Amino acid sequence: MTAPTHPVIGVLALQGDVREHLAALAAAGAAARPVRRPDELAAVEGLVIPGGESTTISKLASLFGMMEPLRERVRSGLPVYGTCAGMILLADKILDPRSGQETIGGIEMIVRRNAFGRQNESFEAAVEVSGVDGGPVEGVFIRAPWVESVGAQTEVLAEHAGHIVAVRQGNALATSFHPELTGDHRMHGLFADMVRAMPVTRSR
Amino acid sequence: MSSTLSTTPQSADSPATGTARVKRGMAEQLKGGVIMDVVNAEQAKIAEDAGAVAVMALERVPADIRKDGGVARMSDPTMIEEIIEAVSIPVMAKSRIGHFVEAQILQSLGVDYIDESEVLTPADEVNHSDKWAFTTPFVCGATNLGEALRRIAEGAAMIRSKGEAGTGNVVEAVRHLRQIKNEIAKLRGYDNNELYAAAKELRAPYELVKEVSELGKLPVVLFSAGGVATPADAALMRQLGAEGVFVGSGIFKSGDPAKRAAAIVKATTFYDDPKIIADASRNLGEAMVGINCDTLPESERYANRGW
Repeated sequence: MTAPTHPVIGVLALQGDVREHLAALAAAGAAARPVRRPDELAAVEGLVIPGGESTTISKLASLFGMMEPLRERVRSGLPVYGTCAGMILLADKILDPRSGQETIGGIEMIVRRNAFGRQNESFEAAVEVSGVDGGPVEGVFIRAPWVESVGAQTEVLAEHAGHIVAVRQGNALATSFHPELTGDHRMHGLFADMVRAMPVTRSR
Repeated sequence: MSSTLSTTPQSADSPATGTARVKRGMAEQLKGGVIMDVVNAEQAKIAEDAGAVAVMALERVPADIRKDGGVARMSDPTMIEEIIEAVSIPVMAKSRIGHFVEAQILQSLGVDYIDESEVLTPADEVNHSDKWAFTTPFVCGATNLGEALRRIAEGAAMIRSKGEAGTGNVVEAVRHLRQIKNEIAKLRGYDNNELYAAAKELRAPYELVKEVSELGKLPVVLFSAGGVATPADAALMRQLGAEGVFVGSGIFKSGDPAKRAAAIVKATTFYDDPKIIADASRNLGEAMVGINCDTLPESERYANRGW
């Protein structure tokens, strides 16, 4: 059993910027490890779904029998944090899905993919996130989605230019932007604290 | 337009586009993935359905450029737009080396990445394009560390080892990736005194050489390209240290493109699991025929283009 101060947090490592999340989680005091298989998923106390291509990650998750185990653990309360593509995968509904594109779900929201535009429109901006002290975080938005609408249970944590870019519902956290690409680990710190707050009952 | 890495935005009201972090960060999102050459919307959809992280839109795959000969140029804008319309994954397109007007056109079309590529006929035999001048990020090929760092100094936000495109032969991709990785490993062991001489020898800016020495890797994402034809080839490049792969002619010059594309995606994700790569390698139909690189005359080697 790991000491509760260093929770074991996995990063879904099918595709995307996994290494940056592992480094950010380690900096936030977690024991971070990549997760590609169901048995690896069963051994973590929290999970980050990284940025990447949401269609690719969703396809690989289905192909390798990860989609159902992911849904099951998220449903049963596993703390999860999705950035960009990860936010799309945590949405109960995608506004404009590719045919057959599935999500894990967990947050009652509708997301619009690539809502801020293509790569030429990708940008950086300061973002005030409710629950994160010490001033705005550096938001790196890359072909980023935004949240079109949220359900009654979903808490809006941040907006940019009138669009929702960070949300939380219970143990699930999601941002349109990529804190893992900055040296600012406060979002990962917030998530590590969510994992620490969980009773230590992990399926092994 | 930023030409430095200082990218702190001033306020929420002034979002900054085209920063180094946004350009390099885009490539970070492609890691672990496969980028596939496609020549029309139909192929682009097949690639997307197979799990490609991006497609490279071009008029002819390198194998056909070799066969046809002549001058190879940027693709028709209409064809690139049709591909952008057809898929939701990022779309890349190639400009000739040093042909910054082709690059300007590609940026205006809204492509997500520009490949300043040796596969096309170079437009300038001395200068590459100034890539800092663009909002759209660039990927460039390299055969060794010095070449990679010169491209990064010019603003490239992603590097791919060159290999020998259109041959279906992975030998040059292996040579170039090993060369880059070995030179990085050597720098790791150098002290400050040695780094100045190393920079001179590499013909690369001292600051970048120092950064690589400290990081133990390039400051941008490193993919492999040029000759990958099978799932095992893709996994080989990943095990050698590539963060992802470009597959050009290997997919749509094979017997069953959809199946082979999906198989290469699988092998790229599970590159260290021989059982999965074995399964992915079954019954794929005919691979592209391929060319032995040692019978390829110097004048027909694309990797010699760019410097």
